[in-house]
Amino acid sequence: MTGLASPPLHKAAPAAGTTPGTPQAPPRPRRTALLPTAALVLGALYCLLPVAWVVVAATKPDDELFSTFTFLPGGGLADNVTDLTAYRDGIYWRWMLNSVFYAGLGAVLSTVVSALAGYALAIYRFRGREAFFNVMLTGVLMPPVILAIPQYLLMAEVDLTDSYASVLLPLILSPYGVYLGRIYAEAAIPMELVEAGRMDGAGEWRIFRRIAVPMMAPGLVTIFLFQFVAIWNNFLLPFIMLGDDEKFPMTVGLFTLLKQGASQPSLYTLVITGALLAVAPLIALFLVIQRFWSLDLLSGAVKS
Amino acid sequence: MTQPPKGTGPAGRRARRPYGVKAAPYGFLLPAAALFALFFALPIGYALWLSFHKVEIKGLGLGKGAKSEVWAGLENYTSALTDSELAASALRVLGYGAVVVPVMLGLALFFALLLDSERVRARSFARLAIFLPYAVPGVIAAVLWGFLYLPDVSPFHYVLGQLGLPQPDLMDGGPLYLAMSNIAVWGGTGFNMIVIYTALRSLPTEVYEAAKLDGCSELQIALRIKIPMVVPSLVLTFFFSIIATLQVFNEPMTLKPLTNGIPSTWSPLMKVYNDAFTGGNIHAASATAVVLALATFVLSFALLRISNRRTTQGASR
Repeated sequence: MTGLASPPLHKAAPAAGTTPGTPQAPPRPRRTALLPTAALVLGALYCLLPVAWVVVAATKPDDELFSTFTFLPGGGLADNVTDLTAYRDGIYWRWMLNSVFYAGLGAVLSTVVSALAGYALAIYRFRGREAFFNVMLTGVLMPPVILAIPQYLLMAEVDLTDSYASVLLPLILSPYGVYLGRIYAEAAIPMELVEAGRMDGAGEWRIFRRIAVPMMAPGLVTIFLFQFVAIWNNFLLPFIMLGDDEKFPMTVGLFTLLKQGASQPSLYTLVITGALLAVAPLIALFLVIQRFWSLDLLSGAVKS
Repeated sequence: MTQPPKGTGPAGRRARRPYGVKAAPYGFLLPAAALFALFFALPIGYALWLSFHKVEIKGLGLGKGAKSEVWAGLENYTSALTDSELAASALRVLGYGAVVVPVMLGLALFFALLLDSERVRARSFARLAIFLPYAVPGVIAAVLWGFLYLPDVSPFHYVLGQLGLPQPDLMDGGPLYLAMSNIAVWGGTGFNMIVIYTALRSLPTEVYEAAKLDGCSELQIALRIKIPMVVPSLVLTFFFSIIATLQVFNEPMTLKPLTNGIPSTWSPLMKVYNDAFTGGNIHAASATAVVLALATFVLSFALLRISNRRTTQGASR
């Protein structure tokens, strides 16, 4: 259990500055290695560059976007947000809500399914266990488009295309989520506890809910976040499934806006402001949860 | 979705343990299995069926029953395999992958090693910053970089212009590959860095304590001990990066409206999308998709074989 929750995130001291003497991991305060630190900071700046740019660009009024130096801020952020909100009666915020809905509900359901399947694969010995697991894992290798075309046609058969369900349902099962669920269950749940539960007369479902779920909790948070990001970032499936832009998630919405921008450059400002507002909540989410969330878990590495 | 699995209800609880215990795993797997059957197995089967059929039009193609789906044999496959557009898109993506995968994994390994060495500062800041692009959807990443590539907006163009140097068009020809690769490297380095870094953290520290006592430098420890020990993670990240790279779709699709340099069949997946939804030939598109899936599988298994041989050889040495 402690192994699960002991990520380097907590171990690494909050070394925010490069000055020697910043509170760093205890034992021997050594000289800072300047060159490697510089390389790391450069890498960080490279990753922050487009984000910094969009923050600046979103402050520029239409006419300044293409005329002033890229990193020179303008004073039009509030106007841009107003314009974006006014665009087609605030359809942008509708896309945002849709994304929250798809990603939120999809990730919850996905976590439940992954937890159930992962637990079963980790705890029980039964016929077809490895076969099931392997078949499901090949799902990871399936190119999304080979699934998306027939998924679209099958959804059309049952008249479900262009519905919320058509985007939500296919994304609930995540082979990677099941894989992670299995690893977490194997690492976190001692068989003796399950046996003890049975001795006390608890049913299998009750053991799962009362014993397994709390012990798997840190892993389940990871699966939730992983799925949330995956669905939030998804483009291909909603792009294929949806025709009505009232149901678009953020990614498809911004894409159509950008496409129209090719003939109406004034929309570019809206696209840029929209991109900033779409990225901001995810970044905020990351900053908040990284305290509670172990990045280790993402790679399925769990110490027993 | 959350209803209790069958066989673990009151009956299971009261009855002899073996029954409940035996039925329980199937109950727990039921939601996953049902979803797999509906949204993976069935579509794959349907795609295979489509790929072996074609539309036949009788008479003028008007009225009911004028169009029917008939067996096409390998026709769709032969036309997919001899399609020069598909070959061109596959080559483009292979070229793009040849840049993306080594650069991205090289950087990921480099940053992971830096994060893991103790005299380096600003580690948590850097780790978070480099991981951040993972939270940015591919479409939005392409929008951001796309504008940074546009001549009128780009700071790169500005700097080159100020220096009096030529300003290449980043959205066409050779530079387009680099521009596109840059987006993938930017988006993927952080995730792979975390995977490798996690592997590094789980190594027993005694090994390099000992090496340090023997006078090894950090660099030597990294090259001789750390890298060989994270080879399995590198293989894993390599494997997933290749698959993800060959399936690139979102980024070129998003950049397309900003330039004339990206054809609508730039990547194989764009070609499949185009055939299916713009060209309206779902049968040909399905055959192409099946070919791509098979190629992915063959490549995956070949890679796994090679990496297995490598690691076992390394271990026996």
